[in-house]
Amino acid sequence: MKKLLTAAALSVTMAIPAVADTTKVGFIYIGPVGDFGWTAGHDRARAEMAEHFGDAVETTIVENVDYGADAERVMTQMAISGTDVIFAASFGYGPDVNVVAGRFPNVAFQHATGYIQDHPNVSLYDARFYEGRAVLGHIAGKMTETNTIGYIASYPIPAVIAGINSAYLHAKAVNPDVQFRIIWTYSWFDPALEADAAETLIEQGADVIMQHTDSTAAVRVAEDAGVMAFGQASDMTQFGPNAHLSAIVDRWAPYYINRVQAVIDGTWEAQNSWLGFADGIIEMAPWNDRIPAELQEEADGLIAAIVAGEYHPFTGPINKQDGTPWLAEGETAPDVDLATMNFYVEGITAELPN
Amino acid sequence: MILGSINPAVLMAALMVAATPILLAAIGELVVEKAGVLNLGVEGMMIMGACLGFIVAVNTGSPVLGFIGAAFAGMALSLLFALLTQALMTNQVASGLALTLFGLGLTALLGQKYVGITPPRTPKLDLGPLSEIPFLGRAFFSHDIVIYLTIVLVAAVWWFLKYSRAGMILRAVGENHDAAHALGYHVKRVRTLAIMFGGACAGLGGAYLSLIRVPQWTEGMTVGAGWIALALVVFASWRPWRALAGAYLFGGVVVLQLNLQAAGVKIPVEYLSMSPYLITIAVLVFISSGKARGSSNAPGSLNRPFHASS
Repeated sequence: MKKLLTAAALSVTMAIPAVADTTKVGFIYIGPVGDFGWTAGHDRARAEMAEHFGDAVETTIVENVDYGADAERVMTQMAISGTDVIFAASFGYGPDVNVVAGRFPNVAFQHATGYIQDHPNVSLYDARFYEGRAVLGHIAGKMTETNTIGYIASYPIPAVIAGINSAYLHAKAVNPDVQFRIIWTYSWFDPALEADAAETLIEQGADVIMQHTDSTAAVRVAEDAGVMAFGQASDMTQFGPNAHLSAIVDRWAPYYINRVQAVIDGTWEAQNSWLGFADGIIEMAPWNDRIPAELQEEADGLIAAIVAGEYHPFTGPINKQDGTPWLAEGETAPDVDLATMNFYVEGITAELPN
Repeated sequence: MILGSINPAVLMAALMVAATPILLAAIGELVVEKAGVLNLGVEGMMIMGACLGFIVAVNTGSPVLGFIGAAFAGMALSLLFALLTQALMTNQVASGLALTLFGLGLTALLGQKYVGITPPRTPKLDLGPLSEIPFLGRAFFSHDIVIYLTIVLVAAVWWFLKYSRAGMILRAVGENHDAAHALGYHVKRVRTLAIMFGGACAGLGGAYLSLIRVPQWTEGMTVGAGWIALALVVFASWRPWRALAGAYLFGGVVVLQLNLQAAGVKIPVEYLSMSPYLITIAVLVFISSGKARGSSNAPGSLNRPFHASS
């Protein structure tokens, strides 16, 4: 009996490369692909990747997967059904990815925006959104007339905090009187709550709304109220043609194609990639015409400097909110500080949730 | 801390908007539960109303037709539930959960072409001089008609359940379906009608989200509003006015906590964002716990299947 099992196990392991003409790629998403934001961005890239490989790959998606037991179940199911590489496209899947990865050492796991890498088959990938936020902050600081910028934030995780800091520093640099009002929704996707948050911010004097949540509701509210807004993760112009100034648009496709190619070639190895403007992973949605040409040029220049590596959005001197020094004159932020960021920079008046 | 930037009148106005979708769904579910049926498909019927109401409003250009369409859409889905639970005697809890999943999936499909479209405006009701009154005008008299009709609906349901003969029959069916049956009432007919009413109300609540509050169609946009409505019915101990109080309280705390956050009040944000749930539950439990009132007001036959032979 034991022999038989071993033989069966052997034949299974040996059969996989032979049978696997098509590479199976699984995706799990935190929201619906129709969110027109974060999840839509990943699914756009998935579609592009699938088109690139044609019949060589087969993609599966599961939307609206909650963190925890739900994610574990979905990924286990994918792994059991012969998926070669699984992309888990949200920060909170970290623990679940690592649990499942431990059980299926032959499946490659790609976790977006995470930081836990307990197994050799877990790759992490992230985008330097703070680079884009620097550009948004610069534009917001110049465009605001009330000197008040409203920020709808999701969860207090490093990526979101770094985004707020980056936007604030660059708004402040061009407009010393600028103030940030910040609302945390504790959700990635809740259109009604995001709409209420946007209304509240506008009511309290904000005339530019930034969001780090995934629905398009805030852009819509800004359009109705006649103020300005930035979209999130996708170009949200159609939801507010006048209000929408620009957006950081995620372009994961080049990375996805690269990684799936590695799986097909059998050269896949765990990595920890953090990609930005220079890698083409993020780009800006077309500038709204209401942004003066001069400002558009400044923004383009800022992006060019970041791409060329001449400018880092976190360049000292920068103090933490409590006044203690963080970066000295001319010093740039080490990646580890950004990836674990848990403080506001000096000047932001709100208190950071733990 | 900049509390001065919070305008109480605007807060009051926003509260009514935030509360209305869950109140509509809750008042419908209250009637359903009073008839002895537990329909956990509120979320599914709401999203159905949000989606179909949006589609109808966009295609006809009329928000009124949109709301009517939404009521019918919610009702259509609830009829499926009625068919399963009343005719085929399936388990109500399982059928209700299935209804929610079905509604979410179906609307994701139906609504695909409607993402990114702007629905026709629902005009604010012109109340003339009333809306000019300082504070009160902005807080109470500058809303769309649905908000007022919702309050009228709550009053109507209260009157119906308390004073009308049909309402008493409905309650009898919910309290003890065997007795009601013995008296010659059509238990299943009453329940089916109640389920349809609940579906229509949930549909209206959904349409309020997609046509007025957000206003746009996004897949899965109800994000748990139906479940809040369900909880509200229980914590309001099946009393219409308490459901209204609970919904307004919930909406109020949601809006207030957003305002406090934006104003930079030094209360940990974690507490602020969980406060709507905690405060609403605490208050409703408190007002429902009085001895004289009878703490358990649940209909006696709630969630019990009925067959004439038993």
